[in-house]
Amino acid sequence: MSAGMSTIFARSTAPGRAGIAVVRISGPASWDLVRGLTDRPLPPPRMLVRRNILCDGELVEIGMVVLFEERRSFTGEQSAELHLHGSEAVVRRVLRELGNAEGARLADAGEFTQRAFLNNKMDLSSIEGLSALLVAETEAQRRQAMRILTGTLREKAGAWRAELVGVLAEIEAVVDFADEEVPDTVSPELGARIARTASAMRSEGQGVADAEKIARGFEVAIVGRPNAGKSTLLNRLAGRDAALTSEIAGTTRDVIEVRMEIAGQLVTLLDTAGIRATEAVVERAGVALALRRAQVADLRICLGAVPEGLKLFEGDLVLREKADLDVSAKGFGVSGLTGQGVDRLLVAIGERLNDRVAGAGIAVTERQAQALLAGAEALEDVRNMLEAGPGQLEIVSALLWRAIQATDQIVGRIGVEDVLGEIFSQFCIGK
Amino acid sequence: MFHVEHTAFDVIVIGAGHAGCEAAGAAARLGARTALVTLRATDIGVMSCNPAIGGLGKGHLVCEIDALDGAMGRAADAAGIQFRLLNRRKGPAVRGPRAQADRRLYRSAMQAWVHAQPTLTVIEGEVVDLLQNGARISGVVLGDGSEISASAVVLTSGTFLNGIIHVGDRSYPGGRMGSKGVSRLAERIRGYGLPMGRLKTGTPPRLDGKTIAWDTLDLQPGDDTPTFFSALTTQVAARQVPCAITRTNSQTHEIIRANLERSAMYGGHIGSAGPRYCPSIEDKVVRFADKSAHQIFLEPEGLDDDTVYPNGISTSLPEDVQARYVRSIKGLQAVTILKPGYAIEYDYVDPRALNRNLSLRDHEGLFLAGQINGTTGYEEAAAQGLVAGLSAVAHLRGQAAPHFDRRTSYIGVMVDDLTTQGVIEPYRMFTSRAEYRLTLRADNADQRLTPLGVELGLVSETRRANFEMNMERLDRARKSLKRTRFSARALHQRGVRVAPDGPPRDGVSVLSLPGATVDVLEALDPSVASLDRSALEQVANDALYAHYVRRQDEDIRRLERDEAIAIPASLDFAAVDGLSNELVEKLTAARPETLGQASRIAGMTPAALTLLLARIRRDEKLSA
Repeated sequence: MSAGMSTIFARSTAPGRAGIAVVRISGPASWDLVRGLTDRPLPPPRMLVRRNILCDGELVEIGMVVLFEERRSFTGEQSAELHLHGSEAVVRRVLRELGNAEGARLADAGEFTQRAFLNNKMDLSSIEGLSALLVAETEAQRRQAMRILTGTLREKAGAWRAELVGVLAEIEAVVDFADEEVPDTVSPELGARIARTASAMRSEGQGVADAEKIARGFEVAIVGRPNAGKSTLLNRLAGRDAALTSEIAGTTRDVIEVRMEIAGQLVTLLDTAGIRATEAVVERAGVALALRRAQVADLRICLGAVPEGLKLFEGDLVLREKADLDVSAKGFGVSGLTGQGVDRLLVAIGERLNDRVAGAGIAVTERQAQALLAGAEALEDVRNMLEAGPGQLEIVSALLWRAIQATDQIVGRIGVEDVLGEIFSQFCIGK
Repeated sequence: MFHVEHTAFDVIVIGAGHAGCEAAGAAARLGARTALVTLRATDIGVMSCNPAIGGLGKGHLVCEIDALDGAMGRAADAAGIQFRLLNRRKGPAVRGPRAQADRRLYRSAMQAWVHAQPTLTVIEGEVVDLLQNGARISGVVLGDGSEISASAVVLTSGTFLNGIIHVGDRSYPGGRMGSKGVSRLAERIRGYGLPMGRLKTGTPPRLDGKTIAWDTLDLQPGDDTPTFFSALTTQVAARQVPCAITRTNSQTHEIIRANLERSAMYGGHIGSAGPRYCPSIEDKVVRFADKSAHQIFLEPEGLDDDTVYPNGISTSLPEDVQARYVRSIKGLQAVTILKPGYAIEYDYVDPRALNRNLSLRDHEGLFLAGQINGTTGYEEAAAQGLVAGLSAVAHLRGQAAPHFDRRTSYIGVMVDDLTTQGVIEPYRMFTSRAEYRLTLRADNADQRLTPLGVELGLVSETRRANFEMNMERLDRARKSLKRTRFSARALHQRGVRVAPDGPPRDGVSVLSLPGATVDVLEALDPSVASLDRSALEQVANDALYAHYVRRQDEDIRRLERDEAIAIPASLDFAAVDGLSNELVEKLTAARPETLGQASRIAGMTPAALTLLLARIRRDEKLSA
């Protein structure tokens, strides 16, 4: 059954904040995909092992990996699971990497279950239970779509599709009604129309990450050397004693999280262990964790000099720590103890986060984003073909259909009747 | 009452139009004792509308019928008085053969073919009723009261079911002009309580060619090298003649506009849906008011026949208005109308009530084909006839009917469209209906279907041998090209879009590059010229689309998976939890036989498909 099938993947745990996220992969290439993500030999089936997860050769995560052989997996196909930390950034990076692989694509809704059915992997009771589950899932999706999209994305996708159907109608009129009074070539502005739609779909697809951020919030990590006042600052920002503080360097070992709203954005503040070289086993683990979480956070606030091993990104803030100790010092200082500079810090964080979502599109799911990007790619091919000459209109048409089907994900299925209707309204057919 | 028991037959085909002839021929070729019942034997093979066969999509259908040894392609080749390959300068997938056909020659070719079928008997008569044994069809009753028994009946009644002809404000019952309608049979079909609807179509007035000023008009000749429909045709049989082109003008439009309320359609006498792709001249003038002229093709109906078919001005205006507007057109100022144009309304059965083998769901052994299923066109009718004939024989032999798939034939596209989507206007084939258009070409119809024909025992020995010879030529051409290498620099110099410093390529991969043609390869390597030219062209056509066809493969694999899952006829869609009322309604009307068919119903969602699958699997487990 699985021979010749594509390999599908998806995040199988609920999106958003969670301790771990499980990415499930199913299909003939699943083990190969895992091999591509890791730098060590594959483990035996059904054994959970720790592995470095690499994307494009770069270490993004240390996670757990498990393989299942054919007929001994949920779907009945060769499968694998990646257990990642619940960071959005990591999960998305891994999903993107998988999506780039040949023959792999994001699973459709319910597709794992469908494959399980096809391979006779479900017993009677689980099949009966599934109907109810699917109904609930669909209902939840519908409600979510109503709430988050409020019709805007549908409107956009509907407009793109109407535009593309118009373009396709012009092409099909030339192809299918050669003996009629229709133009025998397509109009020259077609390429520009296609390019406009392609770029709109592409930017919407790329804007997805930002849009999800609005829904799920940002991570802001407070980092620095030991005893820089990170926990005190966190407590000040949170307005409560969320973290234990003391004069002793290295008090914070674990990552402490506080959720709050800053400038209208949902923010999770992370208080991390002070970064320094140390022999103490527990502290060393805390430092490694701090670095890892800080690197994948959306913004870093570094108190004091930047410690070795910490990489900063554009927009990150480096502040003078414990500003109450030296009120005459210049520069942007902050003090968790007295609250000095805290308002200014909140404004600075808010500015940076709002900047990041300024270009946010409204496509909300990874599936929609991938569909939009695939559609944009097909349209870019069309444009190149049209530029290269009159081109093969039947191939152009095949590519346009792919782009139109990408909008089906958002607006629902469309058939050839819609294109024919457009032709008959535009051209006087019937010699 | 006087009863005569005719000899029993295996299959009875009612109606000897394009659907009926192919249905009867297919059944007979499979060895079934077949009766073809028609009102008049001389009407077999009559082209009741325009004197042409083929076109885009339609030409593809004719080639597919031919690949299964049907009659239409050979009859059209024999009667062809002008051959044109439409879209000659566009890609090979969308080139469609078309021919003007001499009506008399076409009819005699069809009649000769029908009479040559060993197990086919033509019976003149009117079928007034169907015989049934419970829900099973057991034969037919003729107008003289005699009964003929058979295990399967194919009904191809065209527009005869409750047909009403409109000329201006006059209307009268009838099928074609001059034939009497068949209303008793219509009553029987009505009594089945099937979902039915009403469609309309129109024809233009027929003109006397002797009264046309030909020398004032532009002529349209056929192709220098004709493209035939049949793989077995090697040369032109009839004298070739051109068509002429003229146009309506503002005076024509004025006359039509001033008399719109006298048109049957605009006067409110006709309410049913007509084809959007074949509007009447009234429609064109009203809907495209800004166009100052509409093109008209003057198509000769035959070599020994002066009748001319003015393609483009079908009408339901009264005769006096027809005469006035026609005579306002260039070249037609002194024309005589031989037969006025008319519109016809007729009943059709919602084809969603049919199984994929074109049988009626609740009437075992009764098959429908042609216009009765809401289609238009000779080619569409003939292709359905072929399917119905094959299915009828499979039925009486207790075998599964051969399945025509969307991926491998236009026949499959049409049958699937009809049975899952239904029709909103008379259904006509277009190439854009085929999502796998790049692989469904007229030039490879034999590759796609003749092996099936051989397997079914449907094709003659001549056809089989001819096919195998062609396949050998194709194989030789492909292998030889694969072995021949071409330098990138030489290709580049000949205008092939390839980097001049690239590696050498084999001939097949060269043909997938833009700018590469068989001519270029022949010029670069003389050994290529020794290969069969049409085989080389086919290799080139395959290579051209290879890249895009690979992209389709994923879609096709998904489809195959869903097509393999049968939906039991007993499944009650209304009882599946979670399906919306709208989907329950659509599924109940179409009764898809597979999950793949269900997935093509407009508005279907992945979640709903999974619900269906869940129900199917559960029922399987419960009954296991």
